[in-house]
Amino acid sequence: MKNCVRQAFRSNSTLRGAWSQNYLQRPGEGQLKNVTVLPGDGIGPEITRSVMQVFDALHVPIKFDVLDNFNFDNDEQRSLLKKNECILLGVMTEKNQKYTDNYRFYKYLDLYANITFAFSVEGIKQRHNNTDIVVIRENTEGEYSGVEHEVYPGVVESIKVTTKQASLRIAEYAFEFAHLSGRKKVTAVHKANIMKLVDGLFLSAHREVAQKYPFIKYEEMIIDNCCMQLVKNPTQFDVMVMPNLYGSIVQNVVAGITGGVGMAAGASIGRDHALFSQGCRHTGRDIAGKNIVNPSALLVSSSLLLRHLGLPNFADQICSAVQETIQDRKLKTKDIGGKASTEQFTKEVIKCLGK
Amino acid sequence: MNIIRKASSTILRPQFNFQKVILFPGDGIGPEISKAVIDIFDAAKVPIDWEFHEIHKKRVTEQGDLITEETLKQVKALKYALKGPFETPIGKGYRSINVTLRKRLQLFANVRPCKSIKGVKTPYPGVDVVTIRENTEGEYSGLEHEVVPGVVENLKIVSYNACQNIAQYAFEYARANNRKQVVACHKAGVMKQGDGLFLKVCDDVAKNYPEIQFNEEQIDTMAFKLANDPTKIDVMVMPNLYGDIVSDLCAGLIGGLGLTASGNIGKDCEVYEAVHGTAPDIAGKNLANPTALLLSGIMMLKAMKLNDQAQRIENATYSVLEEAKYLTGDLGGKSTTTDYTKAIIDKL
Repeated sequence: MKNCVRQAFRSNSTLRGAWSQNYLQRPGEGQLKNVTVLPGDGIGPEITRSVMQVFDALHVPIKFDVLDNFNFDNDEQRSLLKKNECILLGVMTEKNQKYTDNYRFYKYLDLYANITFAFSVEGIKQRHNNTDIVVIRENTEGEYSGVEHEVYPGVVESIKVTTKQASLRIAEYAFEFAHLSGRKKVTAVHKANIMKLVDGLFLSAHREVAQKYPFIKYEEMIIDNCCMQLVKNPTQFDVMVMPNLYGSIVQNVVAGITGGVGMAAGASIGRDHALFSQGCRHTGRDIAGKNIVNPSALLVSSSLLLRHLGLPNFADQICSAVQETIQDRKLKTKDIGGKASTEQFTKEVIKCLGK
Repeated sequence: MNIIRKASSTILRPQFNFQKVILFPGDGIGPEISKAVIDIFDAAKVPIDWEFHEIHKKRVTEQGDLITEETLKQVKALKYALKGPFETPIGKGYRSINVTLRKRLQLFANVRPCKSIKGVKTPYPGVDVVTIRENTEGEYSGLEHEVVPGVVENLKIVSYNACQNIAQYAFEYARANNRKQVVACHKAGVMKQGDGLFLKVCDDVAKNYPEIQFNEEQIDTMAFKLANDPTKIDVMVMPNLYGDIVSDLCAGLIGGLGLTASGNIGKDCEVYEAVHGTAPDIAGKNLANPTALLLSGIMMLKAMKLNDQAQRIENATYSVLEEAKYLTGDLGGKSTTTDYTKAIIDKL
């Protein structure tokens, strides 16, 4: 399957033969698994509630450890994060900060690969069709090192750090992902013509790893040309891998050219933990509490969580149900051109389950 | 004979003070598209005398510049220059031409207006945005070093003066061009001091322009808005790297670099340029599209306050593009450069 997530949207649900609906589990794999849930702020609680309701309806063998009012600066609460392997995240913000990005959070759990799935969804009006892009973003260093100082009054230095180790492991993850998902091409996005050392190091790591995967096409593209190509001809892209800041920008561009931030699912993967969230880190403060947020992004992301835990049938059912709600039942939230509330949408998804 | 010529030159053209402007034709398709622009400007009776300057293939200064000191002095003296596409030779020892011009002429602002062109079909109709990019510092300061083997650092410099210059320019531009809104793009959530300084300066400058709405937006959210619905965006101002990315993104929204104008503004001089490549595969074949250089030239005319001629040429160009009878190959047509040029001249 090229993209099991996208494929599940229009799956052959009638063909029960060889589909992942039949999954031969190891005995006992159906036992309850614990998953940490961080609702967070803004629209976070609404979308995590939606996921938990859908999981409930499916009788998914998962027990949620909900961490409400989570404060990263509290040592005790912070150590609770490491308890379970999988975490479902709503929206995390830093207290009393106007703009946050929570890189400390990702660094703490060493979630070094931040992934966004953006694909054209049938039933939503989009400017480009047949887009199917996975953006893999290095999540722990680069411009987000947080190292800044005032050299002298009026002049500030921000330091972008790139290490060979981090570049190698993100390259490894990207190519491994492409390999295991049956994807054909990996594009490394950079600005090495200007930032010769830092992005040059990033590229050399990727060239090294590319050699181990001769059956996967590897190309490099400069970030400004990349953004231009994304809005002109996005079907040329498959898997894209890049450093932290470019990743942040490109994730948003790909969400913009497909169904929006309400549809783009995401995950952050590390060696010990896997976190599932929306693809773009928008806090949605302006629509919080109004019951209009689109829970699809987190629902699709929760299907990724289910696959990660070896529960693919439930994953397929959720994706199919979301697709059916949007395309066949034509029930959409405001961001994708409809009028349904979050609750209505969730109820409809639950009704479509098991079809 | 000489007396008559002298007399006629003072009688026939008493009010036409032809202004000298530097022209760098460029490599590849550069000479052809430059000729197209010259022909169109001539036909529109633009009072410009072009002074041709070359960019050399061998480095001419210690820093690896490809432009001579005399040329740079002349650009400052004449104030305006129009530049075609250039190839920087690959290899050590050469400084990119853009970097040379920018640094030596202190062109602190890069302005790229992107407006949807009727007749050029893109998935994004109704775009009318301007990207104003800080052009001298930020991530492009060229300060990198290896701390220990396997760990590299790049220094992004943000200075109060450069922020002040670019913010001031952005608001002046908005005021002069009747634009309603300026958005400052940043990543101050992550780079609290660096982009924080940029934001603060923009905020302070905005207070002097109460008629212009000032907003701030994180660069990633801005990228989303541009890819999702760019019709609501007006003027954007931002540091170097984000500006580089966003200006190319905007070019993609309206149809590509072949249709995009660009201006580099300094306190002493302004260099307008075509931002596309040299297209060596079609060079010399009369197939190139001169629109980008032409639109940049029109931007220059407006800056030189030759608004009448600028408007006439602009109307003619957009009219030809909208009719879509004479389009060059890159826009899906079959016309040659000369056909397209003639079509515009006919519309003047």
